[in-house]
Amino acid sequence: MNKKIALMAVLAALSGVAAAEEITVYTARAEQLIKPILGVFEQETGIKVNVVSGSEGPLMERLKAEGSNTPADIFMTVDAGNLWQANNLGLFQPVKSAALAANVPVHLRDPGNNWFGLSVRARTIFYNKLTVKPEQLSSYEDLASPKWKGKLCLRTSKKVYNQSLVGTMIGSYGPVKTERIVKGWVDNLAAPVFADDTKMLEAIGAGQCDVGIANTYYYGRLLKTQPNLPVGLFWANQKLDGVHVNVSGAGVTKHAKNAKGAVKLLEWLSAEKAQKLFADIDMEFPANPKVAPNPVVTSWGKPKQDLINVSEAGSKQAQAVMLMDRVGYK
Amino acid sequence: MQLEKSLPSAERSPPPGAAMPAGISRRLASWPGRLLALAISLFTVVPLAVVMTSSLSPDPAIWQHLLEFALPELLRNTLVMLLGVSAGVLLIGVSLAWLVAVYQFPGRRFFSWALMLPLAMPAYVLAFAQVGIFEFTGPLQSLLRPHFDNMRWFPEIRSTWGLLLVMSLAFYPYVYLLARNAFATMGRRALEVGQSLGLSPRQGFWRIALPMARPWIMGGLLLVVMESLADFGTVAVFNYDTFTTAIYKAWFALFSLDTAKQLASLLVVMVLVLLLLEQYSRGRRAYSQAGRTAPLPRLTLTGWRGWAACAAASLVLLLAFVLPLLQLGYWASRDFANQFSADFLGYAWRSVLLSLLAAVLVTLIALVLAYLVRRDGGAVVKLAARVATIGYAIPGTVLAVGVFVPVAWLDNQIIALLGLGGEVTAVFKGTLLAMLLAFVARFLAVGHSAVDAAMNRITRSHDEAARNLGVAGWALLYRVYLPLLSGGLFTAVLMVFVDVMKEMPITLMTRPFGWDTLSVRVYNMTSEGMWDQAALPAIAIVLAGLLPTILLSRQQDVA
Amino acid sequence: MSLLELVSVSQSYGDKKIIDQMSFALEAGEIGCLLGSSGCGKTTVLRCIAGFENLLDGEIRLAGRGIASAAANVPAHQREIGMVFQDYALFPHLSVAENIGFGLGSLPRRARAQRVDAMLEVVGLAAYGKAYPHELSGGQQQRVALARALAPQPRLLLLDEPFSNLDVDLRERLSREVRDILKSQGTTAILVTHDQHEAFAMADKVGVMSQGRLLQWAAPYELYHEPQSRYVADFIGQGAFVPGTVTGPRCVTLELGEYCSAVPRQFVIGDAVDVLLRPDDVVHDDASEVKALVLGKVFRGSEFLYTLQLASGRSVLAQVPSHHNHAIGEAIGIRLELDHLIAFRQA
Repeated sequence: MNKKIALMAVLAALSGVAAAEEITVYTARAEQLIKPILGVFEQETGIKVNVVSGSEGPLMERLKAEGSNTPADIFMTVDAGNLWQANNLGLFQPVKSAALAANVPVHLRDPGNNWFGLSVRARTIFYNKLTVKPEQLSSYEDLASPKWKGKLCLRTSKKVYNQSLVGTMIGSYGPVKTERIVKGWVDNLAAPVFADDTKMLEAIGAGQCDVGIANTYYYGRLLKTQPNLPVGLFWANQKLDGVHVNVSGAGVTKHAKNAKGAVKLLEWLSAEKAQKLFADIDMEFPANPKVAPNPVVTSWGKPKQDLINVSEAGSKQAQAVMLMDRVGYK
Repeated sequence: MQLEKSLPSAERSPPPGAAMPAGISRRLASWPGRLLALAISLFTVVPLAVVMTSSLSPDPAIWQHLLEFALPELLRNTLVMLLGVSAGVLLIGVSLAWLVAVYQFPGRRFFSWALMLPLAMPAYVLAFAQVGIFEFTGPLQSLLRPHFDNMRWFPEIRSTWGLLLVMSLAFYPYVYLLARNAFATMGRRALEVGQSLGLSPRQGFWRIALPMARPWIMGGLLLVVMESLADFGTVAVFNYDTFTTAIYKAWFALFSLDTAKQLASLLVVMVLVLLLLEQYSRGRRAYSQAGRTAPLPRLTLTGWRGWAACAAASLVLLLAFVLPLLQLGYWASRDFANQFSADFLGYAWRSVLLSLLAAVLVTLIALVLAYLVRRDGGAVVKLAARVATIGYAIPGTVLAVGVFVPVAWLDNQIIALLGLGGEVTAVFKGTLLAMLLAFVARFLAVGHSAVDAAMNRITRSHDEAARNLGVAGWALLYRVYLPLLSGGLFTAVLMVFVDVMKEMPITLMTRPFGWDTLSVRVYNMTSEGMWDQAALPAIAIVLAGLLPTILLSRQQDVA
Repeated sequence: MSLLELVSVSQSYGDKKIIDQMSFALEAGEIGCLLGSSGCGKTTVLRCIAGFENLLDGEIRLAGRGIASAAANVPAHQREIGMVFQDYALFPHLSVAENIGFGLGSLPRRARAQRVDAMLEVVGLAAYGKAYPHELSGGQQQRVALARALAPQPRLLLLDEPFSNLDVDLRERLSREVRDILKSQGTTAILVTHDQHEAFAMADKVGVMSQGRLLQWAAPYELYHEPQSRYVADFIGQGAFVPGTVTGPRCVTLELGEYCSAVPRQFVIGDAVDVLLRPDDVVHDDASEVKALVLGKVFRGSEFLYTLQLASGRSVLAQVPSHHNHAIGEAIGIRLELDHLIAFRQA
């Protein structure tokens, strides 16, 4: 027994395991967008939260390789597709929590309660206020029409947000029509597709193109530094099924060492205080309906959201990627 | 030399390789060395094996899709990138090296080291800075736009040409450094020999200096090719799809790690073929340099020629270093107060510490490997060295998985063996050790090429002289090679240091809790398109790499 | 008309004069040699002739045509002057045959191959055409370098310390071989060396240089027996200076007696001079009244080189047939046998 304790001390020294209660989070959400929130949790509870950030794919491989010896208690992503994939790989465990059930609406969480959306991200249409009137805009599908020839800007199809958007479109319109729409987008491009939403929004503002599709919080962030950018937000598909939304969410890992603590953290994250932070720090929509978005976000109006269960996006993601490949959407 | 006396007038030198009879005892004695070389190659072989062992049955739906819609274009893109970047770095690197090594022109001394500075700039940082400067919304076009009816004439930076330009500017220092060194020791002499045989200086450059500097130039070029193949960050900024993109797409977007591994295996095979081709094309030629290396006076470029040389060097330095740094500085200044904090110093400190540790470790292993190759010279050791240095061409994230999986497996075995399940989650994973192992797998090529180049410059007679004096085996290593190699070793340390500073995916995957570095910070910011916030850590990476880069350049400046 | 003429050539690095108003001429087919200790500027002269350095002043003419002056220069590669470099500078990436054929770019392929074969034959390396330089011995590399330089049939061949990387035996043998090769090809050549044996073995004319100046340009025999300066006398061959007094237009009196030169000298009677005594000027003669003490001796096979102490305490060298074996400390009889009286007025 003494031997075992000595060994543990050595291993602890090697791996830096500390004695006090800890929760370890693997997150694909950029550190600067989650650490401040987790910091508040640490202060309130005295529980230490370790954060490992990285891309979804490598983090999931890491979880798989570690198996039952993973230090991770929570896996967090910025989109439903990867939550779906993690669930597929059996990396989560179901969580029974009344608080989570109350805080997170059904369409923003896994039907099996393996993961929960924590914030909602809407992907909608933006336009140059000097050259486009909002009346000219209507839906994602409309952006494929020839009237936008040479006027559309898009972010790369390699970003999961676009894969989710196209994935839900496949769900709504079927693959044939979706392929026609995406082909139309590609034909309308004014410039090579952009590596990120911010650059694309700036391009709209500078007049390189007239319209584009982006997540709203990039717009919110951009306005903080460039309030006079002549870019307007338009809620897409309001006369149809609503604007495309995705979730940033998390689940408790299957082999969590501190599953209790993990659930506690998830509950805390879905409650008012943390949700308010999500809303303010990153200008996302809170998942919890009791919390109002940041006033700036509210000022954009209250859009109708596409209420298909967001996990739909994950199951259609590969299909969406192949579709975009086929029409040459890079 | 001693042999000469006893030789009859028609001296015959023994055929190459037969200088020492390969007796049985000698053959047996060399096995420990071979095993050591093989053990070193395991650093790379194990991760590679993990990457290359995927389920044997390819996913037909995904493969069919890739073959039909993705691979043809991706392979073409990859080829264009490799050829274009090779041409670019050769043009920039070799011509500047030649100018600086052989001629005297205004500012030569400054450019000699300053042209190395872009080495400190990570390619992905150069990419986002350059795109920031030259794109539609960038300061240049914004400044010009009011004066023109339209800006369609302005070349699109986010294009193949833009990518080739940026990658060439980012990677040319590898070729420049090694070529400058080679030219400085033999360039001027090569010209003189050529002239004495009736060749003009221009012919002398093409027919003598260039072929003679080939192993050094090729060494640099190989690093460039491998780094380009493995690159993901830079091509992502340009949204240019390469073979590596396909690997990531199969993995991240199509959720098929097996397909990604199969693609990665193809990449490894391609690199191996490339390496073998290079090796084969050298044939029996030897490049160890004979004779004196006393510096010869430089040829002075007078009048407009001198200023043209100065202008060319300035332009490269401006585009590859000064302008991007100014752009980064501008971005950083917009959000400096928020970014510069105690945390920030922590990132910087960890980056430096990590780079230093990795640099020393990689260099030591590279030294042992280079020594074994020289001492043994057999096929087994050579192959081991080749394989050990292939990690540089594997996309960092893929290699990171290749390293992490066996380490995690080992941890699980140890934990199970000791019956500590549930109490301990990690032994080696998430430790500095695992991280350093991953860096060895990735950067051994960089260290090896520097040490090996220095090793090549030690003539056979050094060996023979030492053996003659009764110094052999490992004693030869530390009494003769180490002092002679100190320059090459220092080069290796500096180059690996700078490379680890810039490295991103392996650091992300294998770092211990809380071990966030500057490049992790850059990753977190750029992944959210927060260029302003990425600028400060990016600048810090450049600054931290600056001193080693300058040292590198100085210490390599033979003339 | 001389093939090569240097007229008052000067060269400097910064303020330091490397070559100071140097003039000499070399006839076609002759082998010349610049001899001097390291740093005397001899290699720079070679590099000026080759066209690797520009002149500060003066002119170099090849076959009567100016090829270099302070004002205008024929580029090095158009001078048709070949060079064998001290380190050979063979191209490690080319085979021996490719090295030799390197300067034959203007010849058609067949002619080039023939010329390469012929050169391989001339330097005795016919079997090594396909070998690479690092596979050859030092002497073989040297010959490849020579063959490479000779292959394009240069009007003048320059050899920069060509044998300094070889050991003594090989150096002597190769220097004779190279001379034979050059003579058989009718090549005009200039050699630079610090080794007078090499110079004497190879050259028809030797120039002794010191501190950038050419002190004397003459045939080896003349240089040895008629040195025109104390430096040259000292530098060439062995010997010792012994003081004397001029007693006649051709005669000098030393402690060993009075000696007269066969040729008239510009001596002023009564002047104090130093007389150079070569080892072969001092002859062992048991019958001689003049005795000297044996201080040291070196056995050279057919002869001994004795260091002897005269009555005055001064030392001289004597070359004595080796059957006269005397012990150190012994006193032996000597006399002078001077054919060439070499004397310089005391400073």
